[in-house]
Amino acid sequence: MIKVQELSRSFGEVRALIDVSMEVQPGEIVGLLGPSGAGKTTLVRILAGADVPEFGTIHVGGVPMPDLSALGGIGYMPQSDALYFELSGFENLQFIGALYGLSGDRLKTRIDAVTEIVGLGPDIHRPSHQYSGGMLRRLSLAGCFLHEPKVLILDEPTVGMDPILRRNLWRHFRAYADAGATILVTTHVMDEAEHCDRIAILRRGHLLAIGTGDALMAAAGTQSIEEAFLYFGSTDAVPDQASPVGEN
Amino acid sequence: MRTIAVARRILQQLRRDRRTVAMILFAPILILSLVWMIFDGDPYPTHVAVVNVPPPLINALKNLDVEVVVASAAEADALIRVDEVDAVLTFSGSSLMVLLEGSKPLARQSVMIALQQAVGALATVSSPITPEIAFLHGDLDLAPFDSFGPVLLGLIVFMFTFMISGISFVRERTSGTLERMMATPLRRWEVVLGYVLAFLVVMAVQVVLITSVSVFLLDMMLAGSFVWLLVITMLLAATALTLGMLLSAAARTEFQMIQFIPLVIIPQVFFSGLFPLETIDPWLRGIGTVFPLTYGAEAMREVMIRGGGWAEIWPNLAFLGALSLGFLIINIFALKKYRRL
Repeated sequence: MIKVQELSRSFGEVRALIDVSMEVQPGEIVGLLGPSGAGKTTLVRILAGADVPEFGTIHVGGVPMPDLSALGGIGYMPQSDALYFELSGFENLQFIGALYGLSGDRLKTRIDAVTEIVGLGPDIHRPSHQYSGGMLRRLSLAGCFLHEPKVLILDEPTVGMDPILRRNLWRHFRAYADAGATILVTTHVMDEAEHCDRIAILRRGHLLAIGTGDALMAAAGTQSIEEAFLYFGSTDAVPDQASPVGEN
Repeated sequence: MRTIAVARRILQQLRRDRRTVAMILFAPILILSLVWMIFDGDPYPTHVAVVNVPPPLINALKNLDVEVVVASAAEADALIRVDEVDAVLTFSGSSLMVLLEGSKPLARQSVMIALQQAVGALATVSSPITPEIAFLHGDLDLAPFDSFGPVLLGLIVFMFTFMISGISFVRERTSGTLERMMATPLRRWEVVLGYVLAFLVVMAVQVVLITSVSVFLLDMMLAGSFVWLLVITMLLAATALTLGMLLSAAARTEFQMIQFIPLVIIPQVFFSGLFPLETIDPWLRGIGTVFPLTYGAEAMREVMIRGGGWAEIWPNLAFLGALSLGFLIINIFALKKYRRL
């Protein structure tokens, strides 16, 4: 569903992404793991059409990005909340929904559904400037489910949320993937990596490894994802190609 | 449809932001009122010395609340030199000589209006009098006071529109909401048009309110049609709006946007007719021809003072329209920075 081929992107002197290739299949959740500055957000922004590849290609659903019609099938949650604080949560969702072409009863039904998913309940009608950080994050997340996209690209979706809510959201992501969606999540919370089918480790613009958690731990000879992450991260010799670890 | 969604969302935001709404609507009125209090408070106390002037004209002047001093030619000369009187009227033979003190546009104007009315009142009983006018200081080329009302009106509309639209578009960039909009199938022109639509609604309210207050409450002179005045002001607002959006692309923060205000607004103040430009070099005067406010103010002066209409102002309207459209198109391209498509 998502296919990244030999993708590079630099900003002036800074090479944010170097020769990154990876694929995410329908029904799969892939976690993008890496320290800050690794290039996670750059990759995610190119996938969401906000930036363009310098070298290499990205296909989403077989369509080369950026593509306007393909954007309608992607749900993108940016790292910043990107909400209008003057508006209520409901009005924010109304606006985002309208941008995806939803209107009338359908929009209303979808807003109710996503509000339920992120657990905002009656708070949805309060002005969003009264929301806590976690509530804003949830509202932002709700915004990218509105149009029932086939592909979800989530940039640190669960930052600032309590553990119970976080577990519920991951259950929901899993159900959503089981229904056939393709999900790419960036995170630097290690225990979240365990919810992912596969993990991609990104460091200084290089994709160091991609594989299931077990495969990564086996390859690194470690007992936890965190140790595996440290293992791959400390390897100074950076490979030309991401080493596929284990099988998909 | 998406254009409407963008416009509607912006208006919703503004409705919640009461202070900004108050700023858009009432700050201009406050500024205009203050300026008018200074320049247009009470009628100017006009003083004239008369030499050899027939009593009917003296009475006619007195009826117009003019302080009249009957004097000899020498006394009158002394009085005008120390600015005790604003003018000396001398009747010799059948002609009326008017010597204006001339340093204060307002005094000059009120003498001329009083004289015109007094002579007009007498015209029915005697043969018409054509006054000969001379100046003690200055000459007729000094910018008449009335000419800066329209410039001020245009300036205020331009400044507030520029500020509000520029800052709200910068906020859209800094908060990441623009990026989010660009991650949806929303087209670039839909964003720009949505903005223009929303702000035209706001500006329509602002323009109607400000021009109404200026003309009907503050009694600003309006010789031509009120509708033309609205048309000019709206076009000027549209130019300010699209220019504000465009310059916001060069600003990383709201603070940087604020810094554009002196850069964009103040030169326009100096070169669009608020100050007389007749005395400066022609090439310097040419600077004014690049400013939207020059064209707006010129058209407004035409309508408000000379009573002009479409025939006189269409080139100015066309220029402002073309400028707005040009800025609008550049805006659509400038958004490529956020999404290539």
